[in-house]
Amino acid sequence: MKYLCLIYEDETFWTRTPKPELDAVMAEYRAFGTTYIPSGHVLGGNALQPTATATTVRVRNGKMSTTDGPFAETREQLGGYYLLEAKDLNEAIQIASKIPGAKTGSVEVRPIMEVPESVLNLMSESSVGA
Amino acid sequence: MPEPEVNDAGSAAREAVERAYRAESRRVLATLIRLLGDFDRAEEALHDAFTAAVQQWPVSGVPANPRAWLVSAGRFKAVDSERRRAKHDAARESIVEGFALRNTPPPDVDDESLDDDWLRLIFTCCHPALGDDARIALTLREVCDLTTEQVARAFLSTPPTIAQRIVRAKAKIRDAGIPYTIPTRADMPERLDAVLHVVYLVFNEGYAATSGDAVVRGDLTREAIRLARLLLDLLPGEGEICGLLALMLLHDSRREARMTAEGDLVLLADQDRRLWDRVEIEEGLELVRRALRAPRYGSYSVQAAIAALHAQAPTAAETDWSEIAGLYDVLLGIDASPVVELNRAVAIAMRDGAAAGLVLVDAIVARGALEHYHLAHAARADLLARLGKGDAAAAAYQRALTLASQAPERRFIERRIAELTGLAPRDVPS
Repeated sequence: MKYLCLIYEDETFWTRTPKPELDAVMAEYRAFGTTYIPSGHVLGGNALQPTATATTVRVRNGKMSTTDGPFAETREQLGGYYLLEAKDLNEAIQIASKIPGAKTGSVEVRPIMEVPESVLNLMSESSVGA
Repeated sequence: MPEPEVNDAGSAAREAVERAYRAESRRVLATLIRLLGDFDRAEEALHDAFTAAVQQWPVSGVPANPRAWLVSAGRFKAVDSERRRAKHDAARESIVEGFALRNTPPPDVDDESLDDDWLRLIFTCCHPALGDDARIALTLREVCDLTTEQVARAFLSTPPTIAQRIVRAKAKIRDAGIPYTIPTRADMPERLDAVLHVVYLVFNEGYAATSGDAVVRGDLTREAIRLARLLLDLLPGEGEICGLLALMLLHDSRREARMTAEGDLVLLADQDRRLWDRVEIEEGLELVRRALRAPRYGSYSVQAAIAALHAQAPTAAETDWSEIAGLYDVLLGIDASPVVELNRAVAIAMRDGAAAGLVLVDAIVARGALEHYHLAHAARADLLARLGKGDAAAAAYQRALTLASQAPERRFIERRIAELTGLAPRDVPS
């Protein structure tokens, strides 16, 4: 199964933490990747720019509106994600617990919705049509 | 002896089905979930298997191994009904194929693999990725075979709420990929803690709360004890199961003594110890010894050891408070919570005098940790009263009264205030 691990943490951590400590955290992230990318567990992932760069888009009654900032103001912010391939939730939790952000923030583990092949075919047909 | 009647074989077979249902239905379900890979499909198959048993056992006789028969019948019925559905829905072909794969070689139905299925069911229902409420409802429904009506009555809820909770929990198990497995050795301590936590919550719901249906609540303590016995049977090496079972038995042994006929609380020190259940105490004490010899003992075992010291004291005055205070120190090392600290302070007050205890309780309350916990203020009040500070004691009881929610506890505190102030309990302002 595929799981998305959403890493939430207080984003001021990255601005208030002294450089040597930040380097250590970055080294931990690299080590995480070195372990779980070759093993096939990590399919992808990225760090995100801080929420100050976020724009939220909505369309209501056909009219688009944009607002500055993230969808919700929270104590911990979405700071990055990994897409995992795991045999079940137990394995996904195991790997998520190794993400360095789990020690300072929280990692939300969400299963990716499995879309039946018939629906996928329909989707690609319609994209061909467009 | 009356002549055997023609339908004797039939009624014997029906009895055998009923017996099998009581003894085996949960184990058969546990195995069917493994074989069919889905709770709902397994429940349907279980139902079909017993329906088949009711029809066939009176005719063909009771099988030598009813459990194995029921598993095979359930699996057969599930494959059959999926095939029928598959005719209408091509997408279901793959499900039927999946069953066929899982079914070869024939499923294990020996005792050992069935025990493993029991554990799979318990560990899945108590998975830490499910919320406490969901774990309790699912465990009582699937493992203990309580009806949603019974669970609802015990938890002062409604059957639709409980049913909804169970449906959502099963959906999470399926959609989030919670596996139907026994935890690995590395995960076992944490996962077992999650199971024991559920068992203890069920026990406390039956034991501590005093509102609701008393009979159903008695069922909860019994179910919790039965569940712990089952777990101990399956995982005999785990000290904490021993500890929890001992703790529950030792608490349950005071069942008859801890409430008056009017439903008023009786403090441990004031209980008529002749009412304590000696059989449960003896079993509890033996389990405590076993728990403390185990390689891994934890908070339940130490709490049980404390309960054991109370159980062994012939009178309240003869309680070994010094040993109990020492055990609270051990407990603090495992589980450093303010509530444990409070209990330790009370034990020290009993060992070294009320003044020594009051210093500790004051410090805990001053830290703000237990400011909204009625028992902290009640403990403080009790110590103040023992030191002859009646007014301060009454004020502390008053604070406890504003925080207490259960009727028997409120009546107890009101009586205490009345004793200290000379007012009748019903005139105590709350």
